[in-house]
Amino acid sequence: MSELLANDLITPDAGESPLLSLSEVSILKAAPLTRLSLRARDASLKDAGKAFGAALPVNPLLAETSKKRAALWMGPDEWTLLAPEEDCQALFTAIEEKLGDQPHSLVDISDRSEAIIVSGEKASWLLNTGIFIDFSIESFPVGTVTRTVFHKSPVMVWRTGTDTFVVEAWVSFMEYVTGLLVQSAQELEVA
Amino acid sequence: MSQPFRTEKGGRIDRNEQLTFTFDGEQMQGHKGDTLASALLANGVHLVGRSFKYHRPRGIISSGSEEPNALVGIYRNGDQTPNLRATQVELYQGLEAISQNRFPSLGFDIGAINDLMSPLFPAGFYYKTFMWPKSFWDRVYEPVIRAAAGLGKPPKKPDHDFYGNLYAHCDVLVAGSGPSGLAAALAAAETGAKVILCDEQAEFGGSLLSENSASVDGKEPADWVAVTLARLGAMDNVTLLPRTTAFGYFAHNYVALAERITDHIANPDPKLPRERLWQVRAKEVVIAAGAIERPLVFPENDRPGILLADAGRTYLNRYGVKVGHKVLVATASDSAWQAAFDMADHGVEVAAIVDLRETPPKNLMAIAEARGIRVEAGCVVTGTLGRKRVKAALLGRLMTSGQVASGGQVECDALLMSGGWTPTVSLYSQSRGKVVWDGDKGAFVPGKSVQHERSTGASKGLYGLQATLEDGYAAGENAAKAATGKSAKIAYSTATGGEASNGGTLGALPHDRNASRVKAFVDYQNDVTAKDVKLAVREGMHSIEHIKRYTTTGMATDQGRLSNMNALKIASGALDRPLTDVGLTTFRQPFTPTTFGLFAGVSRGDFFDPVRKTPSHDWVVENGGVFEDVGQWKRTWYFPKNGEDMHAAVARECKIARESVGLFDASTLGKIEVVGPDAAEFLERMYTNPWKKLATGRCRYGLLLNDAGFITDDGVIGRLAEGRFHVTTTTGGAPSVFARMEDYLQTEWPDLDVWITSTTEQYAVAAVQGPKAREVIAPFIEGIDLSAENLPHMSVREGTFCGVPCRLFRISFTGELGFEINVSRRHGKMMWETLAKEIEKHSGTAYGTETMHVLRAEKGYIIVGQDTDGTVTPQDAGMTWAIGKKKLDFVGKRGLERPDLKADGRPQFVGLLTTDPKVKLEEGAQVTVAENPATGTSAEGHVTSSYYSPALDRTIALAMVKNGQALEGKTLYVPMPEGSIPVEVTGTVFYDKEGARINV
Repeated sequence: MSELLANDLITPDAGESPLLSLSEVSILKAAPLTRLSLRARDASLKDAGKAFGAALPVNPLLAETSKKRAALWMGPDEWTLLAPEEDCQALFTAIEEKLGDQPHSLVDISDRSEAIIVSGEKASWLLNTGIFIDFSIESFPVGTVTRTVFHKSPVMVWRTGTDTFVVEAWVSFMEYVTGLLVQSAQELEVA
Repeated sequence: MSQPFRTEKGGRIDRNEQLTFTFDGEQMQGHKGDTLASALLANGVHLVGRSFKYHRPRGIISSGSEEPNALVGIYRNGDQTPNLRATQVELYQGLEAISQNRFPSLGFDIGAINDLMSPLFPAGFYYKTFMWPKSFWDRVYEPVIRAAAGLGKPPKKPDHDFYGNLYAHCDVLVAGSGPSGLAAALAAAETGAKVILCDEQAEFGGSLLSENSASVDGKEPADWVAVTLARLGAMDNVTLLPRTTAFGYFAHNYVALAERITDHIANPDPKLPRERLWQVRAKEVVIAAGAIERPLVFPENDRPGILLADAGRTYLNRYGVKVGHKVLVATASDSAWQAAFDMADHGVEVAAIVDLRETPPKNLMAIAEARGIRVEAGCVVTGTLGRKRVKAALLGRLMTSGQVASGGQVECDALLMSGGWTPTVSLYSQSRGKVVWDGDKGAFVPGKSVQHERSTGASKGLYGLQATLEDGYAAGENAAKAATGKSAKIAYSTATGGEASNGGTLGALPHDRNASRVKAFVDYQNDVTAKDVKLAVREGMHSIEHIKRYTTTGMATDQGRLSNMNALKIASGALDRPLTDVGLTTFRQPFTPTTFGLFAGVSRGDFFDPVRKTPSHDWVVENGGVFEDVGQWKRTWYFPKNGEDMHAAVARECKIARESVGLFDASTLGKIEVVGPDAAEFLERMYTNPWKKLATGRCRYGLLLNDAGFITDDGVIGRLAEGRFHVTTTTGGAPSVFARMEDYLQTEWPDLDVWITSTTEQYAVAAVQGPKAREVIAPFIEGIDLSAENLPHMSVREGTFCGVPCRLFRISFTGELGFEINVSRRHGKMMWETLAKEIEKHSGTAYGTETMHVLRAEKGYIIVGQDTDGTVTPQDAGMTWAIGKKKLDFVGKRGLERPDLKADGRPQFVGLLTTDPKVKLEEGAQVTVAENPATGTSAEGHVTSSYYSPALDRTIALAMVKNGQALEGKTLYVPMPEGSIPVEVTGTVFYDKEGARINV
């Protein structure tokens, strides 16, 4: 379920050639997205979810998805809301109107980060060259999302399939992240 | 070419694959499966190095990573890696090895004179011999000692390899793959637990690979290893890591492994990392590190050809190499007897078995008799002969009086020794466990577990093949149970033969020689003798930690795994205190020498640190801009045109910005969106300035202090709506300001309805500054009236730039009419290129950070971190205007009330003008009252910023000077090596003091 809906939202950027394309793992740049950072109290979550189009997960490290929407738990009062690029302004307005005077903070962070899609049977191995998290499916099931670090760069990792991860980094860190991933993957080319 | 010491058959080497290698340029042959050590021995080469201090000829002693003598350099790709242990270097076709620490050659080494002069170099000679004259230390003693001592030479070129890293998690990590390690791994794996099995050697199996007088489940031990590995290899939950050393055991069962990937390959694929650092978080660790044999401490026990008995047996059984043709075995324990028997069975002449014990076990005596081997019981070796290879040994008979009587001389070309076994407790010790003394075993063994680990087999002093197997299975089952709660009963393999070895000795052996003339080595690598340890005790070193540092015993690459127990016994004898009172030194990470490359990992070259670039980066590169590093950011420093140097480029950029217009990339400035009903209240508490009355659409300069009252950051803050502020910070301060705000929100004011979101990278920012700034941006801005009436200095509006949403700030860090346009980062490149083109129409220029610094200095605007140093208050900086006087509180308010911060004599921010307008002061230079102050006079302050100002056509400087504001008009001095520079103290604003240019 999560896998399908995420793939519906996070799509490879058609204009970009793959950063890495091996039989065991590939890295694709994701197309631009709407990203909204929502901070709010518990009382506002229902309204926010309604206005957004997907429920806001309340359990740590979880993501809720619906058609063209994903709400990622980032902290006890923090969510990153993902939607197609063109929905940005409408969504922003809709959530603001719905929440009205309820204390909250909604900030457009669409361009703050970029996403890559790391997939393949060696995807978790590749991420583990720089991320210390246990990516075994029992410890980090499909749908889990977290902030963490990749070597010296802060990143966000969202598992959207058994062998598929969405990795986001702030734009200026992305060259570092993808550069190291590609370098670390090169040994897979050796027969 | 022949390998005269290769056995006819047997061993695990591949006799069909012959490899050629060189040692000190001499070509030799070996086989696939050889280590460099075994190949050298097969060629009859024992002499492989010179000792550290006395330059004595040294040979291979062991067959493992504890090898103290056989340190070699390996040439590869035009450079060499020094100090590799020949016992761990796997042979490959074309391997080039060199010996170390010898000049001019291994056979003839000038440094060997040290051996004859050894009375001059007793333990602690650094501290004694070279005390006087003091000045000689730096110029004479140290350089000479450094040149004479030391091991290999460091490589000269940058490392041509790269290194991998992998984080891994497992239920059970098993370190060591001898019988107990293999059994543990199998037992744990069969429960379904995730298992990592690592071993520092190329092949799994440990002692089983050289054991041929026992069997497991009726199989040859090596065959049982193969079967077990096949089982393990077929399981998805098992990771097998040969050539991988568990070198560091850290907190919370975090264990670091070094995997060697390409060192053993003749022509490795350049896409493979040389080594990989495994950073493993294990729920349970099984330490199956085994035990290593102890050398016997007898005079001249260091001659080439003298090896540990078990090493001799390993070379024979595993590598098919005879360490000599006539071997003497000296021992205090049973295990060496088996080495003698194996030698005899391979046709090696065993000169004798010399056992310290009066009555060695009868069964061993019987076997020796059956093979016709001479046995000398109650006998020790008291010395050896032969310079570059042992050629005979002196025997001594132990008398009931404790004295030793000469027992004649025995010819031999190799001597195998065994003082018994020492459990390898290094990893356990690294896990912060405390070893305990086991009197029966005569060894320190692991005590209580401090972390989730257990030792098994020989590493806890348990010997005998059957016992170690059983213990290994149990350890694996228990570890898996503890990690996962699951268990499974598997059929245990049973062993016959391989009985536990009894006996052993500690300390120096008695002898009938002149004790002051002979050297009986305790620590081979550091050339520490029994005499040195005794001397250290005589000179007052009573703790093992002091003895270690005074003599350097146990400070070699094996961390004393070979030497500690003998040194301890000698010290305890000299002190006349029980061994346990003297204590054992702590084993620390890393277990064996580990490459710097492994630790550096990917952090080199372009990946040393993230290199953060702004959207203008490509344009700047194309237009010849020069970058400077500001934290992780690449910022444009200046744009040289037509071969300009920096000074000329900056002067031009400054001039054009003031006369026409300049374009500057301000994207790196930190940006924080503060949103919520309590946003103004929050800023009111964080910053010194008042915010509640700031109107929507207006901006204010904000000053941020720490609790102590010192300036830590600043920036312009714009109010976008009642509950929404756009805060800017310095480039370098962005993460720390955000973190401090979040800290206050979470810990001090969780009641406030306000949240912060970093938008640093959401926006690209272009600063357009100069009299023509409005004309430059006007064609592209829609939805905002740019007139001075509607958009005065310090205002903010939202509109569009070329059709994309923008936040337009009218602010200035130059003193000119200025705008900063924020568009979402994706459009940053478009914005920059649009503006860069447009300013050309107005003869404008893009400028970099240096021009920005000059322009702001001309206006006396501070740069936090350059003009301030973490000890500057707003009063010191002349910025009391930024403090909201009516505010009840803000971060740092109470700090500012400290008497010392209000007292007279604080450094204050001032301008300095040199009498000679061409002289530019050095930033950081001291400012004094006297023209030529006496040495020791305190400075009145220092220069913080200094530039040539094109607008004033002279130099200007900013400084922090004691009571500086009261000194305006006075002359002070900046003493420099070339002479004192007179300066006039001025105000901090040098240009457009009325501020007329900013408000147009």
